[in-house]
This record gives sequence, structure tokens and C-alpha cells, in this order.
Amino acid sequence: MNASTSTPAPAAIVVDGLRKSYGSNEVLTGIGLEVAAGEVVCLIGPSGSGKSTLLRCVNLLEEPSGGVVTVGGVDVTDPDVDLDGLRRRIGMVFQHFNLFPHLSVLENCTIAQRKVLKRPQAEAVEVARRNLDLVGLADKADALPAQLSGGQQQRVAIARALSMDPQLMLFDEPTSALDPETVGDVLAVMRSLAEAGMTMLVVTHEMGFAREVADRVVFMDAGVVVEQGPAAQVIGSPRNERTKLFLQRVLDPTHVRGDAAEGSEG
Amino acid sequence: MTVSARQRARISRGAQYAVLAAAVIVLIVVADWGQLQRAFFDPAVAAAQFPAIITVALKNTLIYTALGFVVGLSGGVLLALMRMSSVAPYRWLATIYIEFFRGVPALLVFIAFGYGIPTAFGVRFDTYVTVMLALGMVSAAYIAETLRAGLQAVPKGQLEAARSLGMSHSRAMVSIVIPQAFRIVLPPLTNEVILLTKDSSLVYLLGLALTQYELTKFGREAISSGGGLTPLVLAGVCYLIITVPLGLLARRFESRTERKAR
Ligand SMILES: Nc1ncnc2c1ncn2[C@@H]1O[C@H](COP(=O)(O)OP(=O)(O)O)[C@@H](O)[C@H]1O
Ligand SMILES: [Mg+2]
Repeated sequence: MNASTSTPAPAAIVVDGLRKSYGSNEVLTGIGLEVAAGEVVCLIGPSGSGKSTLLRCVNLLEEPSGGVVTVGGVDVTDPDVDLDGLRRRIGMVFQHFNLFPHLSVLENCTIAQRKVLKRPQAEAVEVARRNLDLVGLADKADALPAQLSGGQQQRVAIARALSMDPQLMLFDEPTSALDPETVGDVLAVMRSLAEAGMTMLVVTHEMGFAREVADRVVFMDAGVVVEQGPAAQVIGSPRNERTKLFLQRVLDPTHVRGDAAEGSEG
Repeated sequence: MTVSARQRARISRGAQYAVLAAAVIVLIVVADWGQLQRAFFDPAVAAAQFPAIITVALKNTLIYTALGFVVGLSGGVLLALMRMSSVAPYRWLATIYIEFFRGVPALLVFIAFGYGIPTAFGVRFDTYVTVMLALGMVSAAYIAETLRAGLQAVPKGQLEAARSLGMSHSRAMVSIVIPQAFRIVLPPLTNEVILLTKDSSLVYLLGLALTQYELTKFGREAISSGGGLTPLVLAGVCYLIITVPLGLLARRFESRTERKAR
């Protein structure tokens, strides 16, 4: 968090006491989290700890079972809230891209602009091309998603979300499904977004990215926030035992074998 | 003598070819070609079927099929939506309908519409209306299941991505989910039309005027006035003229979606 900003940044996302259950399985058990405007927060934690669920509660792809979530000051759990209006201000990037396979790359980036924002075709195309250019894929505008590599598809997905001029972006493990050699391109795009001042909440296992780009890192385990703070502190010198164990495994995969028996109780 | 597995396979395949070839030769030699031709393809009888077999029979088969398909598709869309509705009674109704009409022979449905319902309620339907309802109601059940499977084959992430861009549920369905389901559904839907084409022959159960004859009825009437099976063979050929291109079309759609999926 660069404290040099003179105006106090309003919180973009406030999550307080968030609970989410699937049947009797309580996945989130009272999450508290804030993301300030312009801030980049990386969310880390073991698989199944509820990171995706938390993200999906922020744009109400999942309905919270309890607690408060506000986005840009709007309580998203209010039954009267304009959900579609809210979602279009929140960009979301999925692990498996979820590009529309029947539409070209350009159409992927224009369809919601035209159908939701009612932008004229020419303006939508202009915005889409600008964002495709931003992610380095201006020359792929006419390709179908299936003709692109995973990394290229994910960059199109980012351009698609950006084309709606979102106020903040959610990323759910955007590089986890990618071939290693294409991860860098996607991270580079995300880094440039962060530098441009985009508010970002990123679920990731890329500790290098978290350390360099994130203002704050939040470690989640078993449905609660265990530890959060500046990236260098949480990743560099974690205080909580669970955080330490998790980071050991992620940063040094060979370590997993030795600790597997002790760590696999969950 | 030791024989490798590959050699054995080759010998076995050779033997099968030899047996097949022998059977064909015996058939050709033994068959009474004159007799066969008189029975199945008598040129004079064949010529007599034209042009009615095309202008009446083939035309009516196409009309009956089209009428059935229009009702079947509309009913199928409605049933599929009911089947996936969040309102439980809609789901039950649709399920009962689908299970009933898939489980009962189309023949029975035709009898019901042709005789049962008119007698029971004292109403008389026009032939075309009867055909439309009987064929349509049966195919609606199959089409509903085809459509539902197609819609559910579109990954959930597609709807989520559309919603996350701010699209309403109906907008996301119209712009994102249904176009993809349509591609998935085209091959089975084409097969549905093939089945419908053949089921239209059940119209023979109804009392038909001459001008309402379709291919099967037309063929049966023609052979009853003597002249061997030639009219039926011609009718069969006419069915193939409709169904074979449809089958090829279905396969084209299939290979196209497969390529897309890679
Ligand atoms: N739609 C769902 N229905 C039932 N259980 C779910 C559903 N989505 C997630 N879960 C459960 O919630 C827990 C957390 O999942 P998730 O948020 O995806 O974790 P993470 O993203 O941290 O790996 C898991 O145990 C998962 O099985
Ligand atoms: Mg996840």
C-alpha cells in the first residue's frame, strides 16, 4: 500500500463477518477483509480453503449465507440492489477463462458492451481493440478462442473484462490452468494493470507475483482469514504456523513429501 | 508350422472375403432375375406411379413431417423449459408428459387421435390437424429431452462469465448459452426429423382421401391393385431421398462441433 496518496481512498470492497454454507458444510466462517481503491490484494491459501467462494460472494455469483459485503459502498446482499449493474462494474477473470467459444476474440470483448452497456458497435469495437492491444493480442481479434493458447485465452478474458470499464477486478487463479511458458505473459498484463492503478483482488499461487505486485497478502485457511499484512511480511516472515507450513509447501515443493503425513489431516 | 498372430488374422480375413464372394456369386447365378424384376421393379408399373408418387405422396409425407416438426419443436421447447423450471409442478408435469409419450408406441397415439378422442368427445379433427397433433406430441417428448441435454451440455462457466459481465439471466441465455446449445443439438435434432419422416407413415391408420395419401399409404394402395411390390420399392426410394441427405447433414454438423470442441 503506497501511503503517499493524499486523498483517503474509499474502500472498494468491504467484507465483514461473511459466512457461506453449502448445506451443512460451512465453507466461509466469518471472513473480514478490506480492499481499498487502487489497492492490489493477493489471496493465498490451500485448496478448498474457500478462496473462490469468497471471490464469488463479492460479485454474488454465490449468495452469502450471512455477513456483509459492500462494493464501492453498495451493500450487495441488499435484495433491492441492481445485481446486473453491480456485476458489470466488477471484472472477473476465471481459472478456466470461460471465453465464449462461438464468438471471435473481438466479439467476446464487444458482446457485453453492446448488450449491457448499449454501446454502439463502432464504439464497442474501438474499446475492445484498445484492450486487446493492452494485453498484446490486437492481431488475434478475428481468431476463435479455440485457436489460441491458454495464456492468450486468459489475456483475452482480461481484455473482455476490461472492456466493461470495471471499477475493480477479481482474479481467481488466473494462471493455474496454464502451461508454464505462458504464465509470464498473463502475469505481465496483470502487473501493468496494477501499475495503472486498478483495484485488484487476486487469488494466486504465484508467490513471486504476490511479493512484487501485491500491496497486501491475505492468507486464508479453512474458511477464515488467518493472517494478513504487507506482502513482504506475510510471505517473507509469516507469524502464523499454518501460514508458514503453507508457504513452505508452495515455495519448496520437495518439502511437501516430508511434511505430507503431518499436513494432510484436513 | 507356427503361425504368427498377424498371419492368422490375415488368413481369417481372407477366408471371410472368400465366403462372402462365394455367397454373392451363388446368389447371382441362382436368382431368377426375370422373376425378381417382375416382383420388385417392373418398369411399366413403376412408370404408372408417376407423377402422383411425387406430386401427392412425397409431397404429403413432407407436409406431415413438417407439421409434426413445427408442433414437436414448439412443444419440445416448452417442455424443456418446464423440465428445467424452478417451479416444481412444472417439472413434474413435463416429466410425466415426456415419460408417457416416449414410452407409448406412436401407433397408439395415432389411434387415440384418429378414433379414441373423436369418439369420446364427439369432435372431428381435420386430417392435417390430427397428424400435426399426433406426430407433434410424440416428437415433442423426444425433442424436449434433446434440447435439455443440449442446454445442460453448455458448461456452467459460460453462464457465470456472462453474468459476471453484467448480463441478465435471459440475456445470457439468448446471447451465450442457447447459441452454443443449438450447435450441440443440431445433429440429434436432425435425427429427430428422420424419425418423424418415417413415423408420418402411421397416417395410414386414419381414413385418408386420395389427395392425402403419403408414401406408405400410396404404395400399399398401389400394390393392392396388383403389379408386384414395385410401388413399395419406389416409396422406399422416396423415403431415402429425404432421409439420406438429412443423415449426411447430421454427420456434417457432428464433425463441425467436434472440430470446434478441440
Ligand atoms: N457449489 C458448491 N457446492 C457445494 N460445495 C462447494 C461448492 N463450491 C465450493 N464448495 C466447497 O467449498 C469449499 C471451498 O471451495 P473453494 O472456495 O472453491 O476453495 P478454494 O478456491 O480455496 O480452493 C470446498 O470444500 C468445496 O468443496
Ligand atoms: Mg478455487
